[in-house]
Amino acid sequence: MRIVVTTENCISCGVCVDSCPFASIEMRDDKAFITENCQFCKACMSVCPAGAIVEQAEEGDSKPAADISDYKGVWVFAEQRDGKIAGVSYELLGAGRRLADARGTDLSAVLMGAGEEQAQELIKWGADKVYHCADPLLDKFNDEPYSQEMITLIQKYKPEIVLAGATPIGRSFVPRVAARLRTGLTADCTSLEIDKESGYLLQVRPAFGGNIMATILCPNHRPQIATVRPRVMKRAEFNESKKGEIINVNSANLSSRTKVLDTVKEASECMLNLQEAEIIVSGGRGMGEPKGFKLIEELAELLDGAVGASRAAVDEGWIPYSHQVGQTGKTVCPKIYVACGISGAVQHLVGMQSSDIIIAINKNPDAPIFGVATYGIVGDVYEILPMMIKQLKEAKEA
Amino acid sequence: MRIIVFIKQVPDTAEVKINPETNTLVREGVPSIINPYDVHALEAALQIREQKGGKVTVLTMGPPQAEEVLREAVSLGADEVYLVSDRAFAGADTWATSYALYRAAEKIGFDIILCGKQAIDGDTAQVGPETAEFLNIPHISYIRKVEEVGDNSIKVQRLMDDGYDVVESSLPVLLTVVKELNTPRLPSLKGKMAAKKAVINKLNLDAIGGKDIEMNVGLKGSPTQVKNIFAPQSQVQKRELTGTVEEQIATLCQDLRRIKCA
Ligand SMILES: Cc1cc2nc3c(=O)[nH]c(=O)nc-3n(C[C@H](O)[C@H](O)[C@H](O)COP(=O)(O)OP(=O)(O)OC[C@H]3O[C@@H](n4cnc5c(N)ncnc54)[C@H](O)[C@@H]3O)c2cc1C
Ligand SMILES: Cc1cc2nc3c(=O)[nH]c(=O)nc-3n(C[C@H](O)[C@H](O)[C@H](O)COP(=O)(O)OP(=O)(O)OC[C@H]3O[C@@H](n4cnc5c(N)ncnc54)[C@H](O)[C@@H]3O)c2cc1C
Repeated sequence: MRIVVTTENCISCGVCVDSCPFASIEMRDDKAFITENCQFCKACMSVCPAGAIVEQAEEGDSKPAADISDYKGVWVFAEQRDGKIAGVSYELLGAGRRLADARGTDLSAVLMGAGEEQAQELIKWGADKVYHCADPLLDKFNDEPYSQEMITLIQKYKPEIVLAGATPIGRSFVPRVAARLRTGLTADCTSLEIDKESGYLLQVRPAFGGNIMATILCPNHRPQIATVRPRVMKRAEFNESKKGEIINVNSANLSSRTKVLDTVKEASECMLNLQEAEIIVSGGRGMGEPKGFKLIEELAELLDGAVGASRAAVDEGWIPYSHQVGQTGKTVCPKIYVACGISGAVQHLVGMQSSDIIIAINKNPDAPIFGVATYGIVGDVYEILPMMIKQLKEAKEA
Repeated sequence: MRIIVFIKQVPDTAEVKINPETNTLVREGVPSIINPYDVHALEAALQIREQKGGKVTVLTMGPPQAEEVLREAVSLGADEVYLVSDRAFAGADTWATSYALYRAAEKIGFDIILCGKQAIDGDTAQVGPETAEFLNIPHISYIRKVEEVGDNSIKVQRLMDDGYDVVESSLPVLLTVVKELNTPRLPSLKGKMAAKKAVINKLNLDAIGGKDIEMNVGLKGSPTQVKNIFAPQSQVQKRELTGTVEEQIATLCQDLRRIKCA
């Protein structure tokens, strides 16, 4: 496939030139020309007012592999740490259930490490089958045995769709699986749907640091594999009486050239806190100085919430990185998110905009944070926060 | 120690935006830079070289203009640089990118490969681990500290959601790095001179496998396709606060308590 300009139709407006994020369109002889730097993102196709930019099939374009229809069922990788199921696994079961229903097929979970009890738990959270791999080499996360096991299972049972959390674990070993199985992998998805016509998995993900969203397809290879951003999908429903089948997998030939010597939990409380918290109070550069975070902490405590921060505040050294919310920090979705002195850069927004209620306090009425805020207060944090703290305290005592 | 660093030329993404009304990308003079994480990978390589001796080779796959980032790498201290470039490599997804990088790395030879955690445009963080699988070597992602480099093994700290793991691996190995690993140096004057004169070694399709691998590289080798792109949208239900600041806060605090109890 190629993206080409049909020169007869090109009206020489140059809109496509500016639209290309890779600077790969030039005007040659007064017509748009797509250079070899093209990354096939198709941004230009959607902007061309004359419809002059088109996809052109080429000899050698990949065609569906012959055995695509052999692949059936939806799988989720149920991540565990220290024998406990990670939160993202329940979200994957939620998303997986929806996709399995849309495809009229089963939902299975793959559990590496942990015990029978956890396998049962996955069934109650919606899995029809659980492939439980209990080899001791899988207790702690190592990329090679995890990917070897997953590859073997997929080759044997041929699922159509495989989902894993876009966590440090999922994002690290799943690429090995996709590489070995010669199939596509879509990173860090925030939405997954089945295309009604083709039955393909439509995988939506942010790219360019959250500035754009892209829909990714894997039409000709199976399984379709995606990692899914934590805290975005709705959790599955828990059903105490749900029945399912546990398949105990006998692992063969697992090996690892890496070895975990030690596991260190670091400030884990506040990190966990941040992602589990129902209320988060965050501070940004607008707090002006480290002391400002005292106010943030006080308000957070009053609300039984956790403390978050923008990258600017972390970079200033006012608060540790573990509190950072956003693209390169944590993704959170509490009931209430209070943003104090945070401008609302996209990289911050991607980490918190699915919060139920967003309260923005900023002295600049044009700050982009107000664009996503449920409540906005224009004013100085050093005036507003003490007032809020006072009123909440009074209400508590009353 | 033979170290290869993978670097990617990327648009400075903080400046790429979508116009929500027209659904088009606005890219007003977005500069091209070395992917920021890759600068940390290069710094780590230079530090290992200082400690253990050896050679730092920097490799990028991209169009001819990606030569710029290779020269920048030389100015920082890279010993040799390779540009993997061919019309046939265009349009690669992470599978096909990793395949081409694997063939190139195998040709050059290495004990350690260093990558950034992710590229700030594609943002997938997949190229490192996929390349390791093709090379049939172990990899460790999200390195925040190199504790020890031995002749046949390496010990590092791997960042996890709840802290970090201390992980040991045999060599050869591929590592992907996060920014807290180190503070990159600035180019030296000598480095800048060297960058101007640097020889850019080129690897095209023929150099890494030719016709035999044509179906594994570029768009043809890519299992994923970008169907379309669009602006991130947000639907927000606004609640107006009116009156003096004090009154606004009173309403807000009332609502807060109600929501909290709900
Ligand atoms: C690749 C990449 C990844 C990134 N990842 C992240 C990330 O994970 N998380 C993140 O947060 N950022 C991230 N950023 C940075 C992001 O682009 C912004 O620079 C950052 O979020 C800005 O933080 P801020 O809002 O605190 O600071 P600023 O943008 O400087 O905003 C400060 C705000 O405070 C207001 N203010 C100042 N004084 C007061 C006062 N006294 N009272 C009330 N309001 C006041 C100002 O009006 C302003 O709106 C990333 C950037 C890039 C390029
Ligand atoms: C909008 C959009 C969305 C996309 N989504 C996906 C997707 O979900 N799945 C998919 O498979 N592909 C996807 N792609 C294609 C992907 O961006 C390219 O294959 C890209 O060349 C490599 O991926 P990355 O930028 O994510 O790199 P990452 O995997 O994030 O890069 C990690 C590290 O690998 C090294 N590296 C990466 N690329 C190169 C290179 N060219 N030369 C040398 N070293 C390199 C660097 O050290 C870098 O720090 C997408 C492309 C676009 C435009």
